[in-house]
Amino acid sequence: MDQTLVVRNMSMTFGGQRALDEVSVSIRRGEVHGLVGQNGCGKSTLIKILAGYHHPDPGGELEIDGRPVKLPVRTGSASELGLSFVHQDLGLLPSLTVVENFRAWRISTESEWFIRWGRERERTEEAFARFGLSLDPRATVGDLPAVQRALLAIVRALDDLAEYTKDDDTRSGLLILDEPTVFLPRTDRDRLFDVVRKSVALGASVLFVSHDLDEALAVTDRITVLRDGRVAGTVVSAETEKDQLVEMIIGKRLEAFEALHRAHTVADEGHVTVDGVSGGTIENVSFTMKEGEVLGLTGLVGSGFEEIPYLLFGAEPAEKGRLTISGHQHDLAGMSPSAAIKAGMALIPADRQGAAGVGSLLVRDNVMLQIIDRYRPYRLDRRRYLKDSREALRQYDVRPPEPNMDFQALSGGNQQKVVLAKWLQAAPKVLLVHEPTQGVDVGARLQVFQTITQAAAEGMSVVCASSDYVQLAAICDRVLVFHGGEIMCTLVGDEITKDRITEQCYMSARTLRPDKDMRMRA
Amino acid sequence: MNQVSPGAAGELLPPTASEPQHQKKGLSLGDYTERLALVGAWIVVIVVFSILAPETFFNVRNFTTMFGTQTTLVILALALLIPLTAGDYDISVAATLTMTGMIVAVLNAQHGVPIGVAIAIALSIGALIGLINGFFIIFFDIDAFIVTLGTGTIVLGLTLWISASQTISGVSPWLSSWVVEHRLFGISYEFYYGLLLCIFLWYLFDFTAIGRRILFVGRGTNVARLSGIRVGRVRWGCFVAAGIIAAAAGVLYTGTAGASDPTSGATFLLPAFAAAFLGSTAITPGRFNPWGTFIAVYFLVTGITGLAILGVQTWVQSVFYGGALVVALSASRIVTKRRERAARL
Repeated sequence: MDQTLVVRNMSMTFGGQRALDEVSVSIRRGEVHGLVGQNGCGKSTLIKILAGYHHPDPGGELEIDGRPVKLPVRTGSASELGLSFVHQDLGLLPSLTVVENFRAWRISTESEWFIRWGRERERTEEAFARFGLSLDPRATVGDLPAVQRALLAIVRALDDLAEYTKDDDTRSGLLILDEPTVFLPRTDRDRLFDVVRKSVALGASVLFVSHDLDEALAVTDRITVLRDGRVAGTVVSAETEKDQLVEMIIGKRLEAFEALHRAHTVADEGHVTVDGVSGGTIENVSFTMKEGEVLGLTGLVGSGFEEIPYLLFGAEPAEKGRLTISGHQHDLAGMSPSAAIKAGMALIPADRQGAAGVGSLLVRDNVMLQIIDRYRPYRLDRRRYLKDSREALRQYDVRPPEPNMDFQALSGGNQQKVVLAKWLQAAPKVLLVHEPTQGVDVGARLQVFQTITQAAAEGMSVVCASSDYVQLAAICDRVLVFHGGEIMCTLVGDEITKDRITEQCYMSARTLRPDKDMRMRA
Repeated sequence: MNQVSPGAAGELLPPTASEPQHQKKGLSLGDYTERLALVGAWIVVIVVFSILAPETFFNVRNFTTMFGTQTTLVILALALLIPLTAGDYDISVAATLTMTGMIVAVLNAQHGVPIGVAIAIALSIGALIGLINGFFIIFFDIDAFIVTLGTGTIVLGLTLWISASQTISGVSPWLSSWVVEHRLFGISYEFYYGLLLCIFLWYLFDFTAIGRRILFVGRGTNVARLSGIRVGRVRWGCFVAAGIIAAAAGVLYTGTAGASDPTSGATFLLPAFAAAFLGSTAITPGRFNPWGTFIAVYFLVTGITGLAILGVQTWVQSVFYGGALVVALSASRIVTKRRERAARL
């Protein structure tokens, strides 16, 4: 019995689109197996099938430790089947202690009249000791450094597996690590890899999902690459180079190319200058923009690119940094949304219903919020207000152009048009957008592109943070690729293609970041 | 940070959301029914009691009394409406009413302070209570419900202290004359004060930029913040406004009785909430609104008065108001759910 997990001919169709197409993967006993690929390649679909969250198309087969598993996997049966998941968010409750988190599931399912906390603490310490770790069971999880939280989640998952393999030598169980290192400082990742290797030595098998190719090559035995829902190949990690993997991920070899690395010197003549902004993941990032430029920001998950618009707008606190807009200087440490608006900025956040517009209020009030003061203070000129809001909806092609309906009644694309209309009516100098076409249908997507490029053509500087490389290629004049909170390279002109951006996201040379405790993501 | 994890918008486009088919033109019959349901219920209540007690209930004097004596409740409910619209509960308003009513009585009757000055001081104290509420809620970021529960209790305690737990009478008759004795169309002046405040709040919420901002703060704090609205200031201002209006209710309450007692004000809290929530199911369903609240108060009062005339005992009041609050909450929840569901279709 040397295969822990066998997946055969697994397919999954969403609304006519094949997200997985006859995928077969096998993971050997005692192996660390990597799974890599671009966004939308089918990685997460496969993981979600294993977790029982998706029901795959008929015809696929799944075997764990030699036993066939009936599909779809019953939700909640993972630990009986010998699967244990650690997701990116770790699934810990930060306000509880280590022992409460470690034993929570067990305790809540066993019917005990009296919890002997002393014994539970001992059990927790024992489990940690098995992996050469020590952690105070009484510590509050929220106070722990990020790496310790990740280790706690992994050891907890392994402890679940131990329950499954107990008394049965034919079982090994599979630990599935779904990008657990994204928010960890690099120096701490080695400790996590030690635990992964120890767990394999103890008989478990590991499926390691990652965006970070260096990491995947370092920790895995073999790697399976998915591309467009199919297996592009399975390679032995020790015999593979990073650029071979990138080639498999993109599907073709790009001609040799030297990106302008770290070309972000501050020029004086820029229309918009960002100088040394830090905050969240972002460390000391500077760039300039011309009038009418569309600047793309991108990178892999955890690179911090998506934080830039929020830091500039004061929606998230920046530690330091200066922003100059047509000669006026602003201190980013003290920036607030209202100051940002006065400075001529507009922010279109990705969270459309939670941050961009209020679903339960009327479209007209949503679209007019920024310019409401034009209707004379303390007196809303109703007829003009209504007429102008209808006009704005027509101009941005919102369908239906009906101001008197709830914002939530519009489709995603039309909601986004309303949000664009809301901000562009106020004629900002700098437009900050984050994932502007997420959840937007194809037709509206093109209209959003047009609206953004049109705004730029009229002299607005646009910052577009997105992990949608097709979109960046379609609208950007320049793309900055981030890694570890810093700009790693700049793409301009012909270099801005979907494949090139993908390549640079994966290939970006990297420097060690100072060891820094990251705040826990909510 | 409030962002959705970057998805694969490029590769896997979501199924195209269907465009809403119908264009909404004006209000449908169903909309009107919903808007006017409370008015209809009110008329039904009036008709039922008129049949049951044709002599005592259905006469002009009874109606002028009902309209003329419930302004304290109307104004207190309208005071609540402002923080409720901004998304906050203020349960200290009834205590504010009690204290400010008592201050007018103590200053005027016991210390000989001119009634005008006493009223001004009472209103300032209402504003001060709102400022203190706002300070703890905004600066320490504490739940408004708990803070105002605490401050309300403090205020009640202080009221007992300044009044030595006694009813204070002997307030200048000038106040009573302008509250209950002068009448217009047979109804005491105080009714028109409530009406004026209702019109003012209607104007504020529906016709001014500040009204829109309060609404955005209440419905989507994060949207409001990212739209440059100073959310903290708006909420704070709403507490101060609620304090001042509750103080005005206190002044009228003292004027109605010509005296002030240190406990009875607390009984207004629940009916005020019941009226505000019941009102949110009418006129502009799904939104706290002054006209809905105004009608809801008189609907509740009609019910209570009718029951009293039929000889039902006073404990029924508590049952009636409590029941009305629960029914109103359920009804307003149904209204919001229905709107959300309609949006999803």
